[in-house]
Amino acid sequence: MRNLFAPFRGFIAVFYKEVLHMRRDSMAIMFALIVPIGEMIILGAAVDTNVRQVKTVVYDQSGILEGTASVPGSSESRAFLDRFRNSDTFRIYKFVHSEKELNEEMIAGRARVGVEIPIDFDRDLLAHRSAQIMVMVDGSESAVAGQALNVATAIGLDESLRRMLPASTAAAIEVRPKVMFNPDSRSPNFFLPGLIAVMLLMITTMLTAFSVVREKERGTLEQLMVTPIKPLGLMMGKMMPYFVLALVELTLLLTFMRYLFSVAISGSVILLVLLSLSYLFVNLALGMLISVKANSQAEAMQSSMGILLPSIFLSGYVFPRDNMPAIFYGLSHLVPATYMIDTFRGVILRGAGFFQLWENAAVLFVMGVVVLLLAARQFGKMVV
Amino acid sequence: MSAIVTKDLTRRFGDFTAVDHVSFNVEKGEVFGLLGPNGSGKTTIIKMLTGILALSEGDAFVDGLDVRKDPEEVRLRIGYMSQKFSLYDDLTVLENLRFYGRVYGLQGRLLEEKIAKTIDRNALQPYTDRLAARLSGGWKQRLALGCAMLHDPKIMFLDEPTAGIDPVARRRLWDLLFDLSGQGITFFVTTHYMDEAERCSHLAYVYYGKLIADGTPDSLRELPEASPAGTHRFEISTREVTSALRKARALPYLKSATIFGRAIHALVDDHVTSDQIVADLAAKGVQVEEIRPLVADLEDVFVELTVRRQREIGEAVGA
Repeated sequence: MRNLFAPFRGFIAVFYKEVLHMRRDSMAIMFALIVPIGEMIILGAAVDTNVRQVKTVVYDQSGILEGTASVPGSSESRAFLDRFRNSDTFRIYKFVHSEKELNEEMIAGRARVGVEIPIDFDRDLLAHRSAQIMVMVDGSESAVAGQALNVATAIGLDESLRRMLPASTAAAIEVRPKVMFNPDSRSPNFFLPGLIAVMLLMITTMLTAFSVVREKERGTLEQLMVTPIKPLGLMMGKMMPYFVLALVELTLLLTFMRYLFSVAISGSVILLVLLSLSYLFVNLALGMLISVKANSQAEAMQSSMGILLPSIFLSGYVFPRDNMPAIFYGLSHLVPATYMIDTFRGVILRGAGFFQLWENAAVLFVMGVVVLLLAARQFGKMVV
Repeated sequence: MSAIVTKDLTRRFGDFTAVDHVSFNVEKGEVFGLLGPNGSGKTTIIKMLTGILALSEGDAFVDGLDVRKDPEEVRLRIGYMSQKFSLYDDLTVLENLRFYGRVYGLQGRLLEEKIAKTIDRNALQPYTDRLAARLSGGWKQRLALGCAMLHDPKIMFLDEPTAGIDPVARRRLWDLLFDLSGQGITFFVTTHYMDEAERCSHLAYVYYGKLIADGTPDSLRELPEASPAGTHRFEISTREVTSALRKARALPYLKSATIFGRAIHALVDDHVTSDQIVADLAAKGVQVEEIRPLVADLEDVFVELTVRRQREIGEAVGA
């Protein structure tokens, strides 16, 4: 038994000491617990990737005779514009009275979409001629432009079919969409599980990244080197308190996600937490590796940023991995957050179970062991 | 068996040789002082003996164990206190002691007993709950020593233990060292205070990586290099030492002269008397206030050895 624990000598001593450091540094702990919740509230409440209520300006020239200043356009054009309004995609905030004004609204950025209805719109419709309308879309926000264009085209097509087909005939093909797992396309459901993974990464890696380098700067590490303490004992002892802190944080974030933003957890919460353990382990080990390699706290800070950014961009947290070029898709397999985000979305949204997700946890665990051994080796090299 | 033995201990950093074939023996229970100017390799020697730094060449044995082969066992038997007093500022005195005790595998009652003994020995009782950051230099040093000795090491390494602490704390530390060395603990101390060197039972002097003197303070004082046959020393007190030194150096029978405070220590040929020096200096306009014969002290010895060594290096470079 002695030999089994020999590589971890000093673990208990370091663990007690780190807990004391943590308690003395209550500011940092509060910061670590509260900042992620703040981020969650901002992201959950402010970010909505669904395109809704796009500001739209209309220049309606039809129905000169029947239209008035307060109710412009013809009855045909008004009916058509109502379909725009009802789509929830467009919000008509203004009618203008010249092409020049229409252009100005677009250039100033007040309108994302401009609709121009020509003077003979109602007459052409009544005469069963093809009536034209122009829809201008501001391409500077590509997501909005694409969605606005699609909806406008669909409304036009649908309206045409309705006019061409007799009232009783059914369409030849009817596509009935069914969105699984996030039927309302709610943004929090997409973002918050990923956010939890990124926030856990941030607090674990950053907090541990400072811990060894701080001792280097203080000179206490030199003292520890002449004691019988072992690299693995020292590192595990330093990681353990942050491991517990991260679990507390995970619980808090899951609670806020579930009850403040009503993201239901379809699968098992216990499973979710269990599968997270190996992710926390990798991140803490990464923090250790950074800390052992760095010579100053500033250097450690930069290195943790170097880990954080790829984790945000390559993990699928914001940008879907399926659209990535092959090389980046390959690289994304090296990012621990990739596996965790997949697991979080799996359990929370898709209700996946252990047998669908255990591989993610296994990969993370192996990564963690490798990184920790690298850090221990690097630590050994400090005796030069 | 010696407590510490080194044979041709050498450490290179690239092209630079920080420690160059240094050999010495330290016996059990000695207070061994390693002297030398800053950057002469003292800390490098300590780091090699404590296993923080690998040896480039040579051998080192600590308590009979080869530091190359058995560094782990060496660590259990030694204690080390660095210049920086490696304490955790945000931990209290008691917490610092507990941590270092646990690091050495102490726990439970044994740990508390050792801590009680350490607190007692270093008179730390009034400060047990104070954060280390709030201790003054002298108390930090006591705590650091306590932490380093909690596990009852046989050999203690102290790297400039008195740098930056007040004279009273300095004296107290040395009293404690002698007390403990009486109990069989060996102390390896680096310093550049001469009064501390005088108190060591065994001294070695390193200069630019080379060991240039090794012995008891008495034997060093009698080194022929420092006090060559056919010479003797005077301490000459005068008002303007700087100009007096320049003029004294012009005297043909003067071997060497150095300023010590308001006096000049002069090494002259045996046949020269104090009256002759006073007369010769008076002729050059220097008023001697007092002159008395002097036994070489350690500082004289080290200055002499350093000058000789510099001359040798200069010659080696010149050749």
